[in-house]
Amino acid sequence: MADNKRVDEVTGVETTGHVWDDDLEELNKPLPKWWLWVMYVSIIWSIGYWILYPAWPLASDYTKGMLGYSQRAVVAEQVAAGKAAQAKFVDAIQKAELSSIPDNPELLSFAIAGGNAAFKENCAPCHGRGAQGFKGYPNLNDDDWIWGGDLAAIKQTITHGIRNADEDSRQSDMPKFGKEELLEKAQINDAAEYVLSLSGSGSDAAAAERGKEVFAENCAACHGEDGKGNPELGAPNLTDSIWLYGGTKQDVVTSINTGRGGVMPAWNTRLSEATIKELAVYVHSLGGGQ
Amino acid sequence: MAATTTSEEMSAFSDALAVLGAAIAAILGFYVTIYSTDAAMKFHGAVLGVGAVIGAIVVLNSLSSKGGERPYYHDGPIKFAAIAAVFWGIAGFLVGDIIAWQMAFPALNLDLPWTSFGRLRPLHTSAVIFAFGGNALLATSLYVVQRTTKARLFGRWSPWFVVFGYNIFIVIAGTGYVLGITQSKEYAEPEWYADLFLTIVWVYYLIVFGGTLLKRKEPHIYVANWFYLAFILTIAMLHIVNNLTLPVSLTEPKSYILFSGVQDAMTQWWYGHNAVGFFLTAGFLGMMYYFIPKRAERPVYSYRLSIVHFWSLIFLYIWAGPHHLHYTALPDWAQTLGMTFSIMLWMPSWGGMINGLMTLSGAWDKLRTDPVIRMMVVSVAFYGMSTFEGPLMSVKAVNSLSHYTDWTIGHVHSGALGWVGMISFGALYCLFPWLWKRKGLYSIHLVEWHFWISTVGILLYITAMWVSGILQGLMWRAYDELGFLKYSFVETVDAMHIPYIIRAGGGALFVIGALMMAYNLWRTARGDESIDLEDQPRVAAAPEIRATLAPAE
Repeated sequence: MADNKRVDEVTGVETTGHVWDDDLEELNKPLPKWWLWVMYVSIIWSIGYWILYPAWPLASDYTKGMLGYSQRAVVAEQVAAGKAAQAKFVDAIQKAELSSIPDNPELLSFAIAGGNAAFKENCAPCHGRGAQGFKGYPNLNDDDWIWGGDLAAIKQTITHGIRNADEDSRQSDMPKFGKEELLEKAQINDAAEYVLSLSGSGSDAAAAERGKEVFAENCAACHGEDGKGNPELGAPNLTDSIWLYGGTKQDVVTSINTGRGGVMPAWNTRLSEATIKELAVYVHSLGGGQ
Repeated sequence: MAATTTSEEMSAFSDALAVLGAAIAAILGFYVTIYSTDAAMKFHGAVLGVGAVIGAIVVLNSLSSKGGERPYYHDGPIKFAAIAAVFWGIAGFLVGDIIAWQMAFPALNLDLPWTSFGRLRPLHTSAVIFAFGGNALLATSLYVVQRTTKARLFGRWSPWFVVFGYNIFIVIAGTGYVLGITQSKEYAEPEWYADLFLTIVWVYYLIVFGGTLLKRKEPHIYVANWFYLAFILTIAMLHIVNNLTLPVSLTEPKSYILFSGVQDAMTQWWYGHNAVGFFLTAGFLGMMYYFIPKRAERPVYSYRLSIVHFWSLIFLYIWAGPHHLHYTALPDWAQTLGMTFSIMLWMPSWGGMINGLMTLSGAWDKLRTDPVIRMMVVSVAFYGMSTFEGPLMSVKAVNSLSHYTDWTIGHVHSGALGWVGMISFGALYCLFPWLWKRKGLYSIHLVEWHFWISTVGILLYITAMWVSGILQGLMWRAYDELGFLKYSFVETVDAMHIPYIIRAGGGALFVIGALMMAYNLWRTARGDESIDLEDQPRVAAAPEIRATLAPAE
């Protein structure tokens, strides 16, 4: 078959003489020089790399390489260096009285930076990146605090969370007035109108008037006679037009019906004391700290 | 006379064997349907059973319809696989684009288990790699091996079993993902029973392909067949080793893999990377080595280069898997080998690109006149780009930025859409008129549109992923001066939104292009008069009727 060798007119190169499927041929071109050299260089480079770094497995060990490189050692070093760089501040925050941190500008700026980072990684999924909150997850920028807004109260809330298995978690249990049929539908409607009227947004004055009595009998114990709430009990202020679960008539009716009862994890199981302190300082600094 | 009798006896024997095989498969399938404790597995048993019954009916039916000259080449299974490639291609591209939109707008998960990203993603990857790519490889390899050996396919029913069985496997695998059956190995998600069935199909593929090579009427084996054979052999090895599992019971889908921990991870990426190397690279290089010189009507650029780059590619690729596990629990030495072998793989990969591109020497004008050639040449250019990008990303310093980011997704898609997609489209545009004995494609102008729409789509896709991937990598590693992470994960997700929309838009263009191709190929196969035959090269026509056409001026 080698008889089929011919010189290709276009390139002037001889073919190998193999022919398949009537017209498939191959030119007898040498390997491109640059191609071959780049391949040699990549092989030489690899051999050099093997000499310098861990590379080939042996029966029960491996070649360690001349540089003594170890990925684990490098990571351990970097982590240690990172920790060492922060150690001064972290120790100081750990030891400092929480209330004194804002008075120390250096600690304050470190706490806010660390709190910011920890907040975005741990808190932002519910409270939002800007701590602006969502329906059911409070806005942390305003001065409306369900469980209190001073540094100690904020730290307590972060440390133990709300309505969870932690013994010291914040607990409050608004009755499910509708679901458990503690109130009539009409009474709930009236109470909702009354609650809305407290912030001037009701639409049915007569119902609100009737609701005043329902409120006094069922709600005032926690939310207060005037509806201004009580941070001791975690009872929100109902007069300030700030609504955790929405301020439409429908939202308020649902809140009375179900009692809501959102939860927050206890962060002491996941974050260090220093990080929780930083978070408290950071959240406190957002604008509404008391 | 004696010889004739023997061959008739042989056919009768193989008919009987085929029916027997189908009967066994049907019994197994229906046994699973009756006794399995899992609803999805029952369904899969039924798929196998019904498939086997259909197969048996086809075989039995052929007994009554004897007579007529049988064509020299066995093209029926090839037509089947070519159509399946187009069908699965569109399904796979579409699911890919849907999950691309899900990334930008998570509400599109619809809050249903069957449409969630986690189930649709393996559906997409398997549909495009194994269903689209696999059928394209089946069709072209069985076509090429016959033409370049001048021998009819080995086996009477085996080629049919290979293509039909392979597609049954795909149905079982794909529906399994949607119904929640997975062994959670990337690109190897099907559970043990689907794996076993594929193993049988694959062995038959090897027998058919190898048997045809053995009875070749040409002294030499054409380069395309080296690549196809390497692909078939190595995939068999990879598939079997990576799927060594122990089923909980024969009537339950769940199984446990033999390896654990880092050994399992290493085996998985040895498999995963060589699925890229031998399925998506070697297999499609086989396709490239036939269809580019055929379509360009030029000799392959360099025989010596094809030998050297074939053996170096085969030898080096198998080592490169550990580069998927940089900076993990994998030992340093394995990471080093993965990286250095990837670097050494650069030139062997590029050998294919040089041979593909330079085969056009003396015929560069065809890039302008024939969009099918242009498609294949651009595909080789994408191949060259992604086989440079791959070694680059395997370097540990680069990988520490690129790993886990969208850069990897972009890299994969420049290879998948650009190289695998475009070379397959080119091959399909060649194959359809050749298989159905047409004078040309229904419309070459539509190919021109397909080319541009796909190319723009691919470029949008990969540039969006470069931007989002590098941005993502830089955001993950950014620290402020006090040593705190600058960005939270959710902020990096937010930064991806616009690139995700651009990516999904690019993907949509790619889907539209594929739909145009499906329409074009459908009209071609149906036998509709070509609307622009005068603009098509003579080589677009089936080889048998090329001579009857007016000679090229």
